[in-house]
Formats: sequence, structure tokens, C-alpha cells
Amino acid sequence: MIQLGKLFKDYGSGTSIGPVDLEIPPGGVTALVGPNGAGKSTLLTMMGRLLGPDAGTVVIGGHDVTTTHPRKLATVVSTLRQENHFTARLTVRQLVALGRFPYTRGRINREDERIISESIEFFDLGSLQNRYLDQLSGGQRQRAYVAMVLCQETDYLLLDEPLNNLDMRHSVHMMHHLRRVADELGRTVLIVLHDVNFASHYSDWICAVKEGKVVEFGTPEEIMTDETLTRVFETPVTCHDGPSGRLAVYY
Amino acid sequence: MPDTATHDAAVPPALHHDTAREGFAAFISPAHRRRYWIALVCLLLVGLAFCLGILAWDNPLPFGTRGFWRIAESRATSVVVIAIVAVSQAMATVAFQTAANNRIITPSIMGFESLYVLIQTSVVYFLGAVGVTAIQGLPQYAMQVGLMVLFALGLYGWLLSGKYGNVQIMLLIGIVLGGGLGSVSTFMQRLLAPSDFDVLSARLFGSVSNADASYFPLAVPLCALATVALYLHSRKLNILSLGKDVTTNLGLKHRRELMLTLFWVSVLMAVSTSLIGPMTFLGFLVAILAYQFSDTYDHRYVFPMAVLIGFAVLAGAYFLLKNVFYAEGAVSIIIELVGGTVFLVVILRRGRL
Amino acid sequence: MMVSTARRTTAAPGALRDWKFWLALLAVAGLLVLSIVTGVADLGDGGGGSRFLALTRIPRTIALVLAGAAMAMSGLVMQLLTQNRFVEPTTTGTTEWAGLGLLVMMILFPDASLTVRMVGAIIAAFLGTMVFFAFLRRVTLRSSLIVPIVGIMLGAVVGSISTYLALVTDRLQNLGVWFAGSFTSVLKGQYEALWIVAVVAVLVFITADRLTVAGLGEDVATNVGLNYNRIILAGTGLVAVATGVVTVVVGNLPFLGLIVPNVVSLFRGDDLRSNLPWVCLLGVGLVTVCDLIGRTIIMPFEVPVSLILGVVGAAVFIALLLRSRRHA
Repeated sequence: MIQLGKLFKDYGSGTSIGPVDLEIPPGGVTALVGPNGAGKSTLLTMMGRLLGPDAGTVVIGGHDVTTTHPRKLATVVSTLRQENHFTARLTVRQLVALGRFPYTRGRINREDERIISESIEFFDLGSLQNRYLDQLSGGQRQRAYVAMVLCQETDYLLLDEPLNNLDMRHSVHMMHHLRRVADELGRTVLIVLHDVNFASHYSDWICAVKEGKVVEFGTPEEIMTDETLTRVFETPVTCHDGPSGRLAVYY
Repeated sequence: MPDTATHDAAVPPALHHDTAREGFAAFISPAHRRRYWIALVCLLLVGLAFCLGILAWDNPLPFGTRGFWRIAESRATSVVVIAIVAVSQAMATVAFQTAANNRIITPSIMGFESLYVLIQTSVVYFLGAVGVTAIQGLPQYAMQVGLMVLFALGLYGWLLSGKYGNVQIMLLIGIVLGGGLGSVSTFMQRLLAPSDFDVLSARLFGSVSNADASYFPLAVPLCALATVALYLHSRKLNILSLGKDVTTNLGLKHRRELMLTLFWVSVLMAVSTSLIGPMTFLGFLVAILAYQFSDTYDHRYVFPMAVLIGFAVLAGAYFLLKNVFYAEGAVSIIIELVGGTVFLVVILRRGRL
Repeated sequence: MMVSTARRTTAAPGALRDWKFWLALLAVAGLLVLSIVTGVADLGDGGGGSRFLALTRIPRTIALVLAGAAMAMSGLVMQLLTQNRFVEPTTTGTTEWAGLGLLVMMILFPDASLTVRMVGAIIAAFLGTMVFFAFLRRVTLRSSLIVPIVGIMLGAVVGSISTYLALVTDRLQNLGVWFAGSFTSVLKGQYEALWIVAVVAVLVFITADRLTVAGLGEDVATNVGLNYNRIILAGTGLVAVATGVVTVVVGNLPFLGLIVPNVVSLFRGDDLRSNLPWVCLLGVGLVTVCDLIGRTIIMPFEVPVSLILGVVGAAVFIALLLRSRRHA
């Protein structure tokens, strides 16, 4: 379970995030949706302690993120940001192996090698594992980054817009894999999404964020209504029953 | 709530160390690994050859006699100086570039050299030409090193603390401060009498002959300590090179690791700069070559490569200029020119910074 | 980040119709008068005073106006072309290139006239700035702060070449004197070349809009029917001429082109067209103040204006950086 208590961040000049009180249940996929600049990514990075809040608490799986030892916390929650640029030149396998750092402090043993291989296979990167990241396509590189946080074997995975810059096929591919992470490996996946229809089909819960506040939290059936989405996105939205879950139409 | 116990199962208590696999992980193939070791051995041999050359070349007395050894011994000072500078600059630059997440920067322009020049200039300015001799000696050397480390720590501590801490702004402010100190030095220099200036100008260029064997009791242990500390830090530096977010995500305290790294970097820079004077682009040159030759992200392999390249370059330049071109004083200038040219080539190559 | 120079306010009124501008103009004019009457020699003593005035004080003041305006506008032009707030002749190596050109000319032709030296400095400044622009076009940058870091490093490389040349030709101490910007040696008969930069200033006024468009990138410029490469060359040429002439006649004026446009846009937003007169004026004002401080602080000696500017400029630059990191 992820519990946010009065989480607050002030950006000065009138913009602020929160205070947010929220409980995200363990297991399954939870999608954060909302208009541009609503604070979805900020909220996610604060939960993943990559950004310090000005006030409030984040408790993940019983660990308060500000007081828990960083090394311990790195075995509970892993966070992937949207932009990742490294100066060092790494292969896929080297990158994924770095996910073992919280356990190994850089000393990889056989068991770690097995977990690394599993993570690579899980994201269908086996044939690419000795390629350098800069030799991959955008979709492949994104999968490698997610494989790295998977390899960290945390119960909670926080991903900031992993579908960014991916085409339809790669987006579906990625969401399919993330679904399996939740279903087959029993992890909790929290993900910032731009497309509500992806959220509708692939997630178990949807959290709608607007102007720095959580305005709605519920199952896709509860959130995917004309009234709610129109209010959250401030544009006329109608929802229809599609072949695989509710569909939002906004044009 | 999913249980956390699975993790404990994932970390076996006994570590079956498989060094072969571990070594392989740093390189993308056994062929790369072999190439690395061959390059390392070659560099070692080249370095040793130059070292021997410096000691034995042009030694007027026959090999093996007592006189031969006496001359070799006096030349050994130069070899030790070259070793200290090569190790310091190589380790410091690689670690600094990792901490700053930027491979086109060198720690020398972060104010160390400007501070050195300012100290030297003001001594001559206030004490005259005798000032240069007044600043020689172990206590003075220690004071200079101490001042530089304090300056660097103050700067890093100030700029990296608080919630707005930002490495790039720290770099830029360091450079600008260095420039400010530099303009003060330039002003003092133009007020000097030409004869005083001549005395000073010899100190303003990195030169092996600026060093004094009496500094070794301090320089050698400091250099060794910082080098060992950074090397033991290699695995964390591997993570640090991926930036603040990934570092935090993997359970390291980013600012703490950064400050620790920068502390050792400033010790090494202070030791080297106070010993022989400014060598702005030596570290840059060495680091670029080391990444090229080692072809791995792993600092455990990049560091030794950088150190050996540093030694080979510096010893080679010293040996050739001294014995072939009879221009010992030009060592630092030649290295600066080569390093500067490499810098130009590097920034004009297409890439991402 | 705050580096994009495109943060425009709503159409600012033309500076010339703004009473605040006239007030500022008056203040700068006052400073210039102060500059004329400040000095060791007493202007009132008989007939020598007016000759002294014509020989040194007035040329010096004209030089202040021209050099200050030219360097501030050079900074603005470079910021327009690169869309980066931290770019100016000091942070791109342009000044160091000009210095190298000057030095090479003095070594090759020891008796060269001022014109020859200036041509050398201008050509070197032009080449150096093109090298820097080539770098900017080739590299994808993660952060705009990298740009000045690379530029200063580049300047250090060029500076070390100059130092080497000066060392082998035994001109090292002179090198410092030449490069340190100072108006001390500005006399009648030696500063007139500075009028060239007045022409540059006029040209910048005329081409300001085109430079702004070019700064938005090759695609945007081509889209609105401009020849991108020609504008870049022209802009670089203007900067090179201004930097080259000022470097040869006066010396290095560090950070002037950086702090003036930035301070102006702090107060007035980023409408560059209407900021131009302000940038000129503030550039003149700042150089005059620094020159006055330099002349009076340890009278009867003079501190070169580049030292004062170096210290003041570094402080303002650092303040701007610290301010920017809150918005980063």
C-alpha cells in the first residue's frame, strides 16, 4: 500500500502541488491521469523520493520514504523517470545489472545473473542484451530502462510516462508487459499515462489529478464517465462501452 | 500487501564469487576484455621504458657503478613527481567527470589553478622575488594544499547544499570564480617589476622541475590515500555516472556520494597543482584516451587505464623533450597544446552533452 | 529552463517613447560628464586644461560610450543567435580568439599599424565564433548551462596557445597589459578606430528582427523565407568586428555582454527589439561606472576597467545563476 499524508510541494508564485491524501492499494496497476501540468509526474517523483516534498509523508509498504534507510528503500520501491541520458556508454545487460545494486553493491553473483537474465527475457530483450543503449530504437531503450527497475525486485514500481514517444505497437507491448509484471510477479505498478483509454483498459485503478490535487480515485468503470472526465480534462468527453472496456471519445 | 521476504531469498548469504563472469560484465565480450588487458600491459611497458629512459639515458657513468646510481637517484625525483602528477590528474579528472556527469570538463578550471596562480602572484607581489623561495618548503606546501581543499569544499558545500543544489550551476560558478581570481592575479602581475615577473612566470607553468623532493612526505601519502579511496569507491561511481535520479533510486545518498567524491578530487588536484603548477588539459587528455582505450563504463577498469596513460604521456613528453629536443620546460605547454587540440576535436564531434 | 530568450512580454512600448528611458539617458549623460571632469589633472588651470580635455578626457569618454555599447550589443546578438542567455564574447572564447589574432599580428609584424592588428583580431574572432557555433549545431545539449562551460573551456584552450606564443617570444608580461581592458591609453589619434563599432551598432538595430528569427533555428528561419546561413554569418561578423576592434583598442571587457542584456530583460521582459536601446544605454552606463571606480579607488593609480568588470561581472553572473537555479 502507498499512503500519502498531506503531501505538499510549493513552487512559489501561486503554483503548488497538494496537499494530497491518498491510499493506493497494493497489487495491480494504478494509472495517474490528468491534464498537462496537473502535477502527475511531480506526485510520482515525490512518492519515489526523487524529489523532496515541502511537507507531508509518503509511506510505501510500511516504510516512510524520508526516514527509511535509502538502501532498504531501494529494495521496496523503484522509480523510473521520463528522461534518461547517461554519459557512460552501457549495454542493455550492463544497465539491467545495475538494478541489482541495492542488494549487491556492485558485486554480481550467480543468483543475480539469473535475475538479470529473467528481467531481460521478461521484456524480450534477449537478442539485444549486448547492444549499446545508443544503438537501440526508442521503444527498445524504454523497455531496457523498465527491465532495469524490474531487476531491482521491488514490490512497488513507479513509472513516469513510460509510453512517451512510443508508437501504438510499442505502447501496447509495454502495457502488456507491465500488466504481466502486476499479474504474474505480484508487483504493484504505478504509472503516469497520457491516454485515458490505455488507463481504462490496462489499469485496475485510475487516479485523476488536476491542479496539483487528486480529484478522483476509483476503478476504470467509476472514472470513465462523461461527467468525471469532462470535469477533469476540461474538455467535452463522452464514454462508450468498447470491445475491451470503456472508451473515452473527446473529438 | 505483497511480502518482502522474497527479497531475502534473492540474496544468498554466501557469495559465490565468479570473477570470470564479473569481469565479463564490465566488457561486452571476452575479446573486448582481452583488448583491455593487452592495452594495459603495453602502456605499462611503455611507461616503464620511459621511466628507465629518464633514469639511465645519457648517464655519463657506466651502468652499475656507484656513480651511475647516484645520478639515477637524483633523477628518480623527477620520476616520482611525474608519477604523483599522473596519478592525481588521471584519478581526479575521471572521478570529477563522473560526478559532474559531463565528459568535457576538467577539475583544473574549477578554481584550483587560479587559486594557485593567485597565491604565487601575491607572494611575489608582496615579498618580491624572494617570495618565491619563501613559499618553498614542506609547511608552505601543506598550507597551499590545505587552502585549495578548503576553497573547493566551501564552494561545493555551498552550491550543492539546499534544495536547489545543481551540479551544472556549481561547475559554472566555479569556472567564473576562477576567472575572477585570474583577473586579480593578472592585475597584480602587471604591477610587478619585469625581473620579479620573470621569477614568477617560471612558477606559472606546470613544470616537473618546480617540484621539490622535500614535498614527498606529504604529497605521496595524500595522493595514495585519495587514489585508494576513489578506487574503492569505483562501484558507487559507476552508479553516480548515471545521474542523480538513478543514483537515488538505487539507494545511494546522491549528495553524500557527490561530496565525498569531490573531496578526494580536490585533495588530488591540490596535491598536483601545488607540486608542479597548472596543467589544465593533462587530465582532460588522459580521461578521453582512457574511455577510448578501456571501452567500459566500469571505473575499476577505467581508473588503472587512466593512470597508466597519464604516466606514459607525461613521462614520455618529459623524456623526449629533455633528451631529444632539449626543451625540458616546454613539457606542460606541449601537453596543453595537444590536450587543447583534442578538446577542440571532441567538442566538434557530433554527440550529446 | 529560464534560458529560452523567447519569453516575451506583451508588446512593450518603444523605448524612445518611454519617459523612463529618457530619465536613464539623462543619468548616463550625467555619468559621462562626471567621467570628463574626473582625473588627477585640474582642468581649470589656465590654457593647458582645455587642451588636456581634448587630448585625453573627451576621447576617453567617447571610447567608453562606443566600447560599452558595442560589447553589450555583441552579447545580445550572440544570445539572440544561440537562444542561450549565458552566451557572450567572454563565454564563447571570442575574446580569446581576438587576443590570439592580435598577438599573432604583433609577432609577425612587430611594427604593424593599428589597422593591421585589428584585421588580425577580427579575423581570429570571426573564426573562433564560427568554431563555437559549429559546436552548438553539432551537439545535442541536455542543458543550456553546458554552453558557457564549453565556451569558457574553449577560451582557455585558445588562451593557453596565446600564452605559449607570448612565452616563446618573451612577451608574456605585455600580454597581460594588452588584454586587460583599460581606457588609460585612450588618447586622441588612437581611439578613432572605435567609430567602426558605431556602424556595427546601427547594423544590429537594422537586422535585429532577422537575428531573432535566426535564433529560433534554421527551420523556422527558412520557413519565413530567410537565408539562415547568411544571417548567422552576418551576425557572427558583426560580433567579430565589435569584439576585435574593442579588444585591440581598449582590451578585454569581460561579462559586459552577459550581464547587461540579462539585467535589462529582468526588468523589461524579453522583447528584444525594444530592449536594444536599453542594452546600449546600460552598457555605456556600466562601463562608465566601472571606469570611474577604477580611476578613483586608488588614486592617483588606475585599476584597469577589466578588473573591476571582471569582479562585478562575475558577481552579477553568479547572482543570475543562483537566481536561475530556483527556476530550474
